[in-house]
Amino acid sequence: MNVITIERKVLQKNDEIASKNRDLFKKNSLFTINIVSSPGSGKTRLVERTIEHLKNKIKFAVIEGDVQTDLDAQRVSGYNVPVVQIITNGACHLEANLVKDALQNLELEGKDLLIIENVGNLVCPAGYDLGEDHKVVIISVTEGDDKPLKYPKMFMNSKVLVINKIDLLPYVNCDIKVLRENALKMNPGLIVFETSCTTGEGIDKWCGYLLKNSHSERSEEQRNVEQSHRV
Amino acid sequence: MHELSLAQDIVEIVYQNVPANEISRVKNIVIKVGEFSGVAADSLKFSFQAVTSKSELENTDLEIINTPFELKCNACGQTSSNEFGMMICTECGSNDTKTISGNELEVIEIKINSMEEVI
Repeated sequence: MNVITIERKVLQKNDEIASKNRDLFKKNSLFTINIVSSPGSGKTRLVERTIEHLKNKIKFAVIEGDVQTDLDAQRVSGYNVPVVQIITNGACHLEANLVKDALQNLELEGKDLLIIENVGNLVCPAGYDLGEDHKVVIISVTEGDDKPLKYPKMFMNSKVLVINKIDLLPYVNCDIKVLRENALKMNPGLIVFETSCTTGEGIDKWCGYLLKNSHSERSEEQRNVEQSHRV
Repeated sequence: MHELSLAQDIVEIVYQNVPANEISRVKNIVIKVGEFSGVAADSLKFSFQAVTSKSELENTDLEIINTPFELKCNACGQTSSNEFGMMICTECGSNDTKTISGNELEVIEIKINSMEEVI
């Protein structure tokens, strides 16, 4: 018997493509987030709210991922933002090569923030790097405060948590304090925002975070060039 | 569901690392799967069978080594574990911790029968 020892990550190919995507994002000074959540927690609505709030301050590009239909891309294109829809045809998550292909049809130059909205699924997208700066996990209060305990990897692998639909708290059996605590047990470093896309509560803080990071992606040199153009 | 695409990645890794004339003699592929890698071992085995059916790897086994979730505490220096994947040291309660095991998803070894063993 011959034994070949390789010790190779199963997802190495994905990680290599993700790394190339990341280089491209850096080259274009883009801040890139990968939004992950269960289906129906309000990812697309949060994207819409974010664009409404920040469209005069930063330039967006959006990639939408779904198993079927381009309904989300249709919604987002209504805001005059460049958007590409990835239809996975059954696959439960986005992979780096799907994003790479989508980038062929997306102009990145001059953009500040790239939002990648993943397929609604609180399990599989956790393992796939797409080249983003970090993952943002959304959980709506209607899903219950125990979800971080049930789906730990998604919370471990995200940097930001958005607790959405907080306007519904009076009607559902969800203790937001417990939800926060459970999420922080999985990942003590999580940055947490609470939002309602219906009332608009908390959207300004979330957008403030994105604005700060989008601008810090632009290098000193680029800012100086922009400054000189203004003068 | 993503075990199916992982199984395809494993097949690709085998084809990249084993000479073409030895593929049909691959007996075992040894995979390390962490407790919190997000992968269901049974589902990965089932998917591997599905993607290798009627191929050169049809008789190849996927041997899975499960690795437990383990934390190293930066505060007290102890190593601990818990069944939930919480990043909290069970020894001192600190959350200043680092995962040292449990996220793995790696192909470790490929075992190939010699010509004599096949005959």
